[in-house]
Amino acid sequence: MDRRQFLQASTGALALAPLSARTSFAADAPLTAGLPQGAYEIAGLEALAGKRPLIKLTTRPPNYETPASYFSSLITPNDAFFVRYHLANIPRVDANTWRLQVGGPGVETPLALSLADLQRNFEAVEITAVCQCSGNRRGLSEPHVPGVQWGVGAMGNAVWRGARLKDILAKAGLAKGTVEIVYNGTDGPPLTTTPDFVKSLPLWKAMDENTLIAYEMNGQPLPHFNGFPARLIVPGWTATYWMKHIVSIEASPKSFDGFWMKGAYRIPSGAFPIVQRFATQETDVNTPITETVVNSLITAPAEGRRFQIGQTIDVAGIAWDGGYGIRAVEVSVDAGINWRPATLGKDDGRFAFRPWSYRFQAAARGAAKIMARATNRIGQTQVETLIFNGAGYHNNVIRPTTIMVA
Amino acid sequence: MKRIIVISLLTLFAAAAVAAQEKPVVLKDAPGRATVENFCAGCHSLDYVRINAPFMNKQGWTAEVNKMIQAFGAPIEAKDVGMIIDYLSVNYGTGG
Repeated sequence: MDRRQFLQASTGALALAPLSARTSFAADAPLTAGLPQGAYEIAGLEALAGKRPLIKLTTRPPNYETPASYFSSLITPNDAFFVRYHLANIPRVDANTWRLQVGGPGVETPLALSLADLQRNFEAVEITAVCQCSGNRRGLSEPHVPGVQWGVGAMGNAVWRGARLKDILAKAGLAKGTVEIVYNGTDGPPLTTTPDFVKSLPLWKAMDENTLIAYEMNGQPLPHFNGFPARLIVPGWTATYWMKHIVSIEASPKSFDGFWMKGAYRIPSGAFPIVQRFATQETDVNTPITETVVNSLITAPAEGRRFQIGQTIDVAGIAWDGGYGIRAVEVSVDAGINWRPATLGKDDGRFAFRPWSYRFQAAARGAAKIMARATNRIGQTQVETLIFNGAGYHNNVIRPTTIMVA
Repeated sequence: MKRIIVISLLTLFAAAAVAAQEKPVVLKDAPGRATVENFCAGCHSLDYVRINAPFMNKQGWTAEVNKMIQAFGAPIEAKDVGMIIDYLSVNYGTGG
């Protein structure tokens, strides 16, 4: 944010929209291998206002992914956290005039909470949790499917601090018969004919003690492009539910029928090993996406790195899932023939990235494929072949990193 | 009401500012290009077209254009739909 933008934001006016500064060209962007050709042609490292250079996939609305190198640290820095919007009108929000409206037919006492109300009048809770786009790794779908062609970086892990949604709903008072909590943020469509991005949660998930209205991310206010001044945090569930710039919450006695619930973010019924259900939104053929599937990422060594025969190779990475917690990570250094347990590292809770490591000696010359496979505490594991779906969701295929031993 | 109008105008201003700073995405010069730019770029940058190339066939681009009209309310007139689909599938797709 430059000085003029800062002054506008702090004096209550809506600041100018993001300045986009291209810092390198597409060829230099650390893109994941396996994306459609078009992604390599248009992607590049660019910095949005207040952000480091990230991998720009689309400009308007802005969709920027985090370069994989940032996942070597467990906490993703705020200014490197991925950015994902569906609709291009993204007003800057003035924290002084921002209000969170709590109402709807299922609320006994409507509330209009200021940021100070949220911070002072509700218990502050901190949770380390992964925020991952439903379509993370969509670009790796085979066959390719339309949409933003994400590589591995449409995710991040942060310490979120905020008020429990259940405490806010308790203060407002919930009427019997409430089945969904419907919520909206300030971002919206350029055309009035386009459905606004509005989402809902089943009441049971809204009342989960880990579901927060977060006003801090890694000890700082949320960046504009990650939902300033407050966003919903739904640990374990994909980021489509994590509404940015949230301004309204409504308790509803019926299934919300907006496009972004009924027409998007749905997965074929029975295709994935999903436990958590959103019963009021299910149909005979599909169901809303809910919790993240178990997954992992190798952060070292880098793809294509060269080693000498006999050299010690340290493999490192992260694993995460939909909130059951990681039980084990296994590593194969021979393209999936033999698997050995990795050592799990620091446990920041069941919603966070779990680090792991594995050490071996390079025993044979030539190319070697290193693979990692995470298993969660309810026994779910990553798949060897893609569970194809037209929107490219839930891609947790085991991915090899190839190194060269000389 | 007055406040709502002010906010709407500012929102429009912000959107215009984005558009003004946006580096234009140059699409291939072929019949239909102006129609595509006219109808698509109002809501999103045209890198959305290029990023989905070239794996989309005509059926895929047809579904995508219809989704823009039916789900997202794109004000594309019936007479222009065919030209848009043809342009996308020939220039940013498999052609067939």
